[in-house]
Amino acid sequence: MSEALLEVRDLSVVFDGFRALDGVDLTVERGELRFLIGPNGAGKTTLIDVITGLTRPAGGSVRFEGRDLAGRKEHEIVRMGVGRTFQTSVVFEELTVLENLDLAASFRRPLWSLARRRRGVSDAVAAAMETTQLHALADRPAGVLSHGQRQWLEIGMLIAQGPRLLLLDEPVAGMSGEERQHTGELLTEIAKEHTVIVIEHDMEFLRRYASQVTVLHEGKVLVEGSVDEVRADPRVQEVYLGRTDDTFDPAVAGKTTASAGGGRMAGGPDAGTAIGEGVVAGPGAAGTGTMSGTAAGPVAGSAAAGEVK
Amino acid sequence: MTATVRNLVPPAPPAPALRGPSLRDRLKGPAVFTFVAVLALVAAPLLLEPFRLNLLAKYLCYAIVALGIGLAWGQGGMLTLGQGVFFGLGGYAMGMYLKLNDAGGDLPDFMVWSGVEKLPALWAPFANPVFAVVFAVAGPVLLALLLGALVFRQRVRGAYFAILTQALAAATVILLVGQQGLTGGTNGLTNFFELFGQDLAADETQRGLYLVVAAVLGVLYLLARQLVRSRFGRLLVAIRDGEDRVRFLGYNPATVKTVTFAVSAGMAGLAGALFVPVVGIISPALLGVVPSLELVVAVAVGGRFSLAGAVLGAVLMGYARTSFSEEFADGWLYLQGALFILVISLAPKGLFGLLAAARNLIAARTQSRSRTMDGDMAGGADGPLVEAPEARA
Amino acid sequence: MEAVVNQLPIGLSIGAVLLLIALGLTFTFGQMGVINMAHGEFIMAGAYTAYLLQGWAGRQAVLVALPVAFAVAGIMGLILERLAIRHFYGRPLDTLLLTWGVSLVLQQLARDLFGAPNVQVQAPTWLQGGMGILPYNRLFIFALAVGSVVAIWGYMNRTSQGRRMQAVMQNRQLAAVSGINTGRVDQRTFFIGSGLAGIAGVALTLIGPVGPALGTYYIVDAFLVVVAGGLGRLGGAVIAAAALGLLNSYAEFWTNASLAKVIVLVVIIGFLQVRPQGLFVLRARALT
Repeated sequence: MSEALLEVRDLSVVFDGFRALDGVDLTVERGELRFLIGPNGAGKTTLIDVITGLTRPAGGSVRFEGRDLAGRKEHEIVRMGVGRTFQTSVVFEELTVLENLDLAASFRRPLWSLARRRRGVSDAVAAAMETTQLHALADRPAGVLSHGQRQWLEIGMLIAQGPRLLLLDEPVAGMSGEERQHTGELLTEIAKEHTVIVIEHDMEFLRRYASQVTVLHEGKVLVEGSVDEVRADPRVQEVYLGRTDDTFDPAVAGKTTASAGGGRMAGGPDAGTAIGEGVVAGPGAAGTGTMSGTAAGPVAGSAAAGEVK
Repeated sequence: MTATVRNLVPPAPPAPALRGPSLRDRLKGPAVFTFVAVLALVAAPLLLEPFRLNLLAKYLCYAIVALGIGLAWGQGGMLTLGQGVFFGLGGYAMGMYLKLNDAGGDLPDFMVWSGVEKLPALWAPFANPVFAVVFAVAGPVLLALLLGALVFRQRVRGAYFAILTQALAAATVILLVGQQGLTGGTNGLTNFFELFGQDLAADETQRGLYLVVAAVLGVLYLLARQLVRSRFGRLLVAIRDGEDRVRFLGYNPATVKTVTFAVSAGMAGLAGALFVPVVGIISPALLGVVPSLELVVAVAVGGRFSLAGAVLGAVLMGYARTSFSEEFADGWLYLQGALFILVISLAPKGLFGLLAAARNLIAARTQSRSRTMDGDMAGGADGPLVEAPEARA
Repeated sequence: MEAVVNQLPIGLSIGAVLLLIALGLTFTFGQMGVINMAHGEFIMAGAYTAYLLQGWAGRQAVLVALPVAFAVAGIMGLILERLAIRHFYGRPLDTLLLTWGVSLVLQQLARDLFGAPNVQVQAPTWLQGGMGILPYNRLFIFALAVGSVVAIWGYMNRTSQGRRMQAVMQNRQLAAVSGINTGRVDQRTFFIGSGLAGIAGVALTLIGPVGPALGTYYIVDAFLVVVAGGLGRLGGAVIAAAALGLLNSYAEFWTNASLAKVIVLVVIIGFLQVRPQGLFVLRARALT
């Protein structure tokens, strides 16, 4: 059991000639709470897309509990114990909160046994409801939940599956202050029993809840260390912390638009509002990199320019 | 969505989900079902003249297909435009048995007319009624499993799936028409005389057949409802609304969809097998692109999100078709087209959707009245929750 | 061997007609997420346009009909888009059903206006005969398709309208926030796509009779071209249409007519095992 839970080695991802990830190494030990930060287009979401099987790498390897994840399908990776959330939370709006949780918790049951009706509430579901404090809403369709509640429900669905590694993609994006605090507490609670990787933009949130931080920049790991070490690092300050928020870095943004396509632009920190169509947006947004690259950017760009004039 | 904060720390009321539905709610469904079942199984055979009863049996056969469409499309989001193919497989299987049975060891009449001299090998096993009936269900199921496995595994879905199933319907018709000696060509298989020793023209036989069809529909409806309410059904809805997300819950949507598609195909096959002795014919015109789409329309009219809606839609459309075609044949196409346009654009959830909307409206009225009387006690907490879930999707 | 050569112009001209039909479908589907089943009835409208013009233009009706049919079918498409389809963008399955209703009504209308039996359009004398195995009428259809593809390619890549169309197709929201009037672009696409179906209808009068159900014979195959070619891809549509046309005609020739469609379908499903998103992929996330 000496190997780490997750070992990413020399990982690279190429979208139509653009290197979204370029030789990334990342090691996450059991029980860790790791924050992944970096400016837009740094490759954070792409990294967890590769880990969860949504995007195929051009090179390198991802090993989870010593097993190679290459070539496995999304649902197989989940069955190995890797769960994730998306920037735009996707819960099943027509199902109730309880049904959402129950569906998540039942994924290891054989298909035929699903044909029976649910009787009562399983322990995993009850525990997830306890942790996320969603009891009062158990019988409500998830469609009526607020943005924050949806994120918590998603996290709850994740916990109910008993994963060994949780990947949370910007869990507090678009949340109010109070919601952020609640999410932070939830995160601390979860991290007691789970290994968690969190992608986050919000510096205040980072300062309060992070311990270990990995900074990505332009598809490479820039720095790794404790919050204080990372904050003190001049390179990080230059690419990231120098600005109050992660406002557009013209260089980075320009590069992303031209190559990774419009997806990046729309899928930034507040992807929730930019993307709109909730149902497809989740995975789609997560796969922003897959937007047809070379064509989309310039064409849309030039047409836009023509029109604006 | 201002109410979130208040909901963070709930005063822990007894969660309604843990209590389950009230007794009244639990009895309402079975009561309605029993009422309809008594109406169909007792009242209809007593009250309707044989001709009408026979027509009703035909509509109920369509309703069985519609039930499958409701399952695949309404619940699972798979718009299948080729159910006629499965219906036809079942129908031809039964038709072949009836033909061989009537011929009593000789060649079926249409083969003699087309100059076929020896019974084709494909036909031989269908002399056995058990084989014919089993094939009527198993054939469509296997075809759907194969097609589903190939198509869904590659994540071909939505409109692509619809187009492929439609192409399947078109190809099947051309195939059937072309193989005159094997299938009876455009005329199909017809002129049946007896089923299991009973005279098919007799009112008694037809009444018996009606009862069988109604009972099969009832049983299948109950099974389908059970499936919809089970975890499998919830999973199906989840796949319909967010297939990609379901993958990240560790399920393989392709398997679930393939199984559901196969179930709906099996239903269509069984319906086809029942249809043949009831109506007395199976032909390419009954299973091509148009009839397949017509059944989808019927489901849309009744309400695609409700199994009962699908059944009701099929019966109503069948009835409307008969009555309008009796009056003015050409008008039916206009009417059907117009009905279609109206339903899809104005009431995408069909009759059952309208019914539910009306009920919600009344409920909301009474609720808002009682709330004003109670004063402003709920605060914001209930605000966003009043939006009826019906308003979505 | 001779048969192989003889089938070639037949297959290619069927492919050409399929291409003319599929161009409109692939762009409306790719750009708006709309499946227009009434597209087949625009073909029929084009064919009847040629039929009606015979009274005035006689044997040159086909030639005169080309621009007229383009306009007639285009306007029909525009009306359909304005009245109904634009309310259903991004809901392909609902538009499919809705437009099928429209298609039923249009077919019945044609039956009432022109009668149920098929009618003939006389081909111009200069299209009769042929060079060796190449009949002029099939050559003409082929040229028509080539001309249309060139025109469309030029429109998409050489005009600002066409570039806007591409922008909307690739990322509607980004195009909209960049100041493109997406509604107007959609109307133009619909007009052009439907117009091409009208031209296909005129072409069909050269190789067969005209009837109210004319469109239904081609619409399914045209959709298969869209599936195999990839959404909104000109190149994909050209290759897929040619392949499907040839496959159809050779399958009919070598087996028999009734098996051909089954073979085509099997080939397409097999092809999707290798390339589930068609020949050329326009990766867009708006479609499920």
